[in-house]
Formats: sequence, C-alpha cells, structure tokens
Amino acid sequence: MSNQKLYQYLLLLGDNSLILGHRLSELCGHGPSLETDIALTNMSLDLYGQVRSYFQYAAKIKGDNSTEDSVAFLRTEREYHNSILVEQENKDFAHVIVRQFFFDVYHNLLLDKLKSSKDEIIAAIAHKSIKESDYHLRFSSQWVRRLGGGTVISHEKTQAAVTHLYPFIHELVSPIPIEKEMQELGIGINPDDLRDEYFNQVQEVLNEVNLEYAELKERFARGKTGIHTEQLGYILGELQYMQRAYPNMQW
Amino acid sequence: MSPEIKLEDAFQARIDDEQKIEPKDWMPEKYRKTHIRQISQHAHSEIVGMLPEGNWITRAPSLRRKVGLLAKVQDEAGHGLYLYSAAETLGISRDELFDQLHTGKAKYSSIFNYPTLSWADIGAIGWLVDGAAIINQVMLTRTSYGPYARAMVRICKEESFHQRQGYEIMLTLCQGTPEQKAMAQDALNRFWWPSLMMFGPRDAESPNTEQSVKWKIKRKTNDELRQQFIDITAPQAEYLGITIPDPDLKWNEERGHYDFGEINWDEFWQVVKGNGPCNKERLQARVDAWENGAWVREAAVAYGNKKEKESIKVKTA
Amino acid sequence: MSESKNETSTQENSQWPLYEVFIRSKNGLEHRHVGSLHASDAEMALENARDVYTRRQEGVSIWVVESKNITASNPENSGELFEPAKDKIYRHPTFYELPIELKHI
Repeated sequence: MSNQKLYQYLLLLGDNSLILGHRLSELCGHGPSLETDIALTNMSLDLYGQVRSYFQYAAKIKGDNSTEDSVAFLRTEREYHNSILVEQENKDFAHVIVRQFFFDVYHNLLLDKLKSSKDEIIAAIAHKSIKESDYHLRFSSQWVRRLGGGTVISHEKTQAAVTHLYPFIHELVSPIPIEKEMQELGIGINPDDLRDEYFNQVQEVLNEVNLEYAELKERFARGKTGIHTEQLGYILGELQYMQRAYPNMQW
Repeated sequence: MSPEIKLEDAFQARIDDEQKIEPKDWMPEKYRKTHIRQISQHAHSEIVGMLPEGNWITRAPSLRRKVGLLAKVQDEAGHGLYLYSAAETLGISRDELFDQLHTGKAKYSSIFNYPTLSWADIGAIGWLVDGAAIINQVMLTRTSYGPYARAMVRICKEESFHQRQGYEIMLTLCQGTPEQKAMAQDALNRFWWPSLMMFGPRDAESPNTEQSVKWKIKRKTNDELRQQFIDITAPQAEYLGITIPDPDLKWNEERGHYDFGEINWDEFWQVVKGNGPCNKERLQARVDAWENGAWVREAAVAYGNKKEKESIKVKTA
Repeated sequence: MSESKNETSTQENSQWPLYEVFIRSKNGLEHRHVGSLHASDAEMALENARDVYTRRQEGVSIWVVESKNITASNPENSGELFEPAKDKIYRHPTFYELPIELKHI
C-alpha cells in the first residue's frame, strides 16, 4: 500500500472531526444555557484532540516538513474530505443537536470497528476516541429526545432539522474507493457494513419522539471526494485566515 | 441598643475575627445586597468576557492555540457558573441575574467592551486582563462570604494557566517576524490603559471601598491593586521587548514602585456608561443567546416533567 | 441563530431547577460538595456536573441532588445543636490515661 493512500484515509477520518469541531466552536459563548455551552465546547475539544492525533500521524507519513497545522490549514477546498453533514451551519440548537446525533451514531460505530485496525496508530486513536464518542452519543441522543419530545415548538424545530439533515446521512455510510481499499487491507472500514446498524440506531431514537424521516430521500452529497456545499468555503476562510495572511510563521 | 444593632455588632465581630459568613447566617441587608451586586457583576464579566476572545476561536492560527483558547473561554463559562451559584445562595435566581444583565441594570467589567482586532489581542488579554483579574481574585479567595471565597479558590486554581497562555502567545509573537512583533506592540498599545482601568476609579472616587474593606470583601484598595499590577507587569513587558504606551512610566527607587501617567478617566466613565466601542454588541450577543435558547430550556423542562409523570405512573401501576 | 421569541415563553416554564453536586475525587475518599448547577432533570444534572466540575479529572463518581430536597440545620440553633458536644471530652481518645510504655493501643 502506498503512503499516499494511508494519508488520504487519515484525512477522511480527521476532516469530519475538524469541521464538526469548528462548527461547535462557533457556539462557544452563545449556548442556550451555561451548562449546555460548556458541554458543547467539551465535545468540540474532544474532536480537536482527535484531529491532532490523526493529523500528526498524517504529517509524519507525508514528510516534507509537514505538520499537524499544515495538514489542517493549508489545503485547498477540494482537498478536504469531510462529509457534507458536518459542515452544515448552526441554524438553531435543533440543527446543532440533530447534526451531532447523526454524526455520533456513525462515528461510534466506525470507531468501534477501527479499534481492530491493523494500523496500530489508528487502532490506538480509536480506542481513545470511542470513550469520547460514547459520551457524545449519550448527550446528543438524549437531547434529540428532549427537543423532539419537549414542547410543540421544539418538536417542530427538531422536525425541520431532521428534514434538512437526514438526506445527508446517506453519504456517511456510502463508501468511496479509498474506504473499500482500506478495508481490504484490514486498516479501514467499509461504511456500507455499518449501514443497517446505523439506520436502526438513528431511526430508533427518531421514532421514540415521533420525528418523521420516511420520505426523506438521499441528497447529492460528495463531500468525501472533495465536492462540498458552499458552506465549507466560509469555514475555510476563517480556519485558514491566519495561516494564509501570515505564511510560514510560528504561533 | 436595638436588637438589630446588636446583631450587626456581633456580625462585625465575626468578620474582624476572620470567621466566614455562610448563606443561612444572619447578615445585614446591605451586606447581602452588596454581595449580590459584586458577585453577579463578577459573574457577568466572565460571561461577557467569553465574547471578545471567542471571536478568535475559529481563526486561531494553529491547532494547539485553538484548543488552548477554546479551553480558556470554556473555563470562563465555568467560572461564571460558579459565581452565579455563589450569588444564588443569597436568595436570587440566575434568571433574575441574567435579567439584570440583559436590561442593562447590572454592570460587567468594561474591558470587554473593547474589540479584539488581531490574534495578538488574545495574547494581550491573557497576559494583561487575566493578569489584572488574578490580582483581584487572589485577594478575593480570602473574602468573608464563604461561597464567594470558595468559588474564587476554584477559579484561581483553574485560571493559573490563562495568564501563562497569554504571555506565551505574546512571547512567541515577540520572538517571531517584525510583522508579528508589531502586532504584539499594537495589542499592548490598545489594551494597556483599559487594563489599568479594570481596578476601578481612584480610591478618592470609590465610594464603596471603605465599607468593602470593613467587611473584608476587599482587603486592598483599587489604587493599591493597580500599583501592584503595574509593578508586576512592567518588567514582563521589558522581557518581551515591547514598550508600554506610557511616557511617564518609570521605576521610583524611593517609593519602591513604578510611577505612571494619568489614566484617561473620561474614557473610563464613557465606557462604563455604555459608550465604549462594543457595549451594544456585547450585550446584544448575550440577549440573543438567552432569547434564542428559551425554547430549548422550555423543551427540556417539559420533557423532564413528562418523564417524571411516566415514572410515577409506572411506580403506581 | 435568529429566531423570534415565542409568545408563551415565560421564566417559570423555562427555568431549570438548581442541583447540588458532590464528587468523589478518587476511590477511598468520600463525596464532597463542590458546587451547584442548573439542569432540567436529574440525568441532565449528572451530565452537566461531569462537564462543569470534572474538566480536569477531578472525579471518579458524581452525586447530584436537587437543592430543594436538602434540609439544612439553622445557624440560629447552632448553640443547642453543636455546643452540647463541646464538653463531652470522654468521646476523644486522649481522655483516657494509659501508661506511655504501652504500645498499639
């Protein structure tokens, strides 16, 4: 296997955490209660911790004086491989929670499998991260229940978030070639294998609080191959601002 | 002597004896009110203080800086929470305290009404603003009201990394390119004077100081604390190789302190009165977060009530 | 996030009750009161306590209890409650005089 392939796969793993961590970090100081604000920031910090582990490894593989920061900040938009779901904006708290829940279910299943990756570093990152993701899933699924089963208004808002975000989740479990290759090597996971369990877990919680999804079709979403929504450009505008405006400096 | 006066004397005797006052103890109404005002003002400052720094989280220049800043701003939410809890022991709810903030009735530290315009501002805030805050907070760990003192102990323990983080950011900039050093100097220029103002008006113009000292809420006056801050900070600026924007700042061998120039008190009162560069934006951001969160808090309560009813049904079935 | 505030929203139905938080810092030690927080139910209180009060590995176990369920003694009665124990010095080991050459007692 070429190092280039492993590098690509690490980006695929790390970018979801990077972009979702970014979205959550935008909320710091603006949450619906102090306690919730602190909880969301904790999740953001967990995700950035994972990003650093993946990207330090990726930088080592890439060589050429690469660092975790050059990997995180100095790629063009097409070179980011996060799924479309995680770049969706913080439209309201319902969108934040539903997006988080949809991702957490996937992430948790993925990490559970990655624990047995033949790549020792990926396996070690998965071992550490799954404890975080267990907690995230507990938090977000509980909040989906609260919002979905709370008041008429909260149910409406949560339904709107599900309607908007559900069509993007197919991408999470639809494999791209690199995922299949990595699975064949025993390093990665073909997310198609997670599909049934994924939809079961998601739908179970949505059903509990009568959130509808049956008619929601898959949307065109090719984030994993680098084709994003217009949202990512704005994220990168902020994320990369310092590194682009003041290149080659230490911070 | 009226029984009220007797109680007050006994109360003052306890304070003089360095005993702590706890929530259910008898206390003069003014002591309670002063504490509600001061603790909540302190709490509001933590919460509003999240905004200028939070402004740079998404633009932090490296992953290491990003997590450091994010953890710091999160700590401020935690510290606000500890302080609101301390205020709540005096018989006022957090919602009421928020209401006072949102309607402009309560104040918060004016420093947060200044904008953060560059990454170096994050360094300057950590170094200067947290530095000034720590001086005040260390004093407050010995304050007479138990819950306030305990909150401050916890806060001081957690905040020790904040100022170091700020100074490290400044140091890295000052050891970097000329462009970076200029960025650091610019931040010092803008944040120096507002940091000195954080200690409040001069003692002669500070009507609450005497009572606060008597009740051991404060143990040092505004001017003493300000001098302490300048004495600590001036050599730190020298180490960085950047210049404090005060031509009158110089070491006075005789006093054993730095002399310094006149603070622009006009500016201070202008910002306090709401005419600072960001007063409106800061308050609006807090109001928005609170109002946009109302349906979320309601949903959680409604869901909790439903669950409780269900569990009662199950138990009685 | 821009949403209009809904008309029915009042403080009463959106205010989360206060909980007291107790944390065991490591096994072998008792739970200690560390502070309080707001939560809409006990489960959320536990999660919030984890997020607020154990950010620096301060604990291995958490108790939360709604503040209103705590019955507290009144400081005005502290005389009758606590002072009678003052002169019961026979409850302390040093009350009993034994020869110093005696060991392990």
